Amino acid sequence: MAQEVETIQQQRMPSATEAGQRMPSRPVFLPPADIYETDNSIVVMAEMPGVPPDGVEITLERRVLTIRGRSATNEHAGYQRVCNEYADGDYERVFTLSENIDRDRIEATLKDGILHLTLPKAEAARARKIELKAS
Amino acid sequence: MALSEFPRLGFDPFAELRRMQSEMNRLFGGFTAATARDFPPVNLWLGENSVVVTAELPGVTCDDVNLSLQDDVLSLTGKREPKTQQENVAWQRRERAYGSFSRAIQLPFRIDPEKVQARFNNGILEIEMERLEADRPKKIEIRGA
Repeated sequence: MAQEVETIQQQRMPSATEAGQRMPSRPVFLPPADIYETDNSIVVMAEMPGVPPDGVEITLERRVLTIRGRSATNEHAGYQRVCNEYADGDYERVFTLSENIDRDRIEATLKDGILHLTLPKAEAARARKIELKAS
Repeated sequence: MALSEFPRLGFDPFAELRRMQSEMNRLFGGFTAATARDFPPVNLWLGENSVVVTAELPGVTCDDVNLSLQDDVLSLTGKREPKTQQENVAWQRRERAYGSFSRAIQLPFRIDPEKVQARFNNGILEIEMERLEADRPKKIEIRGA
């Protein structure tokens, strides 16, 4: 199970205290995510278009998984923006996982703007088949 | 209500209308925001004789998109398919949208089909197009009499 920790609504502007750390006046988006669970692992796929591989930051503290992405600024020198349907911004989302994760075997890849995270369950948390003893 | 000119008369004939208007705005306010989003969202950048279209297409590869150009209309069609390697998985959350998409974008001028460049970069499709030579504005010299 992966429970979402509500840090942000659909979109928010960085608060004054954060603005010192980030670039000011960049919106923060909630990336849409698909999460599925297999017998051995939890897989998270989050949409982060415009984020280069070095702009991704993933942290796992106890069971709290935080995904952050900084999209590259999409400026075209000599061009004027005439139609604006999406904005450059940062992505942020926090989940609480219900299983213990084997942190040494976490795999993360970024391809075509999708962050693909494989979180293998720790040995102890895996489902075991229980044999019935004949009495 | 403070802006009304009627309080000295003891009643405000427009109070009910304003109340209804704000009620309607509240009812339909969230409605338009949720449905008005076209996929993919597109940004348009205009240069002197060229135009750049960028579209947010996460999870889409070059093979999944078809681009076509007719005079000054750029058509963008394609399909997003869910990519799961394994069967028998328990879904916790499915928020990403799948299916086919199609958009036609009217450009401010006619495009030279030979001078179109399209590339994918971290889930963002960027299409750079140049204005047709015959379509460019010409400078007219004024001769002295």
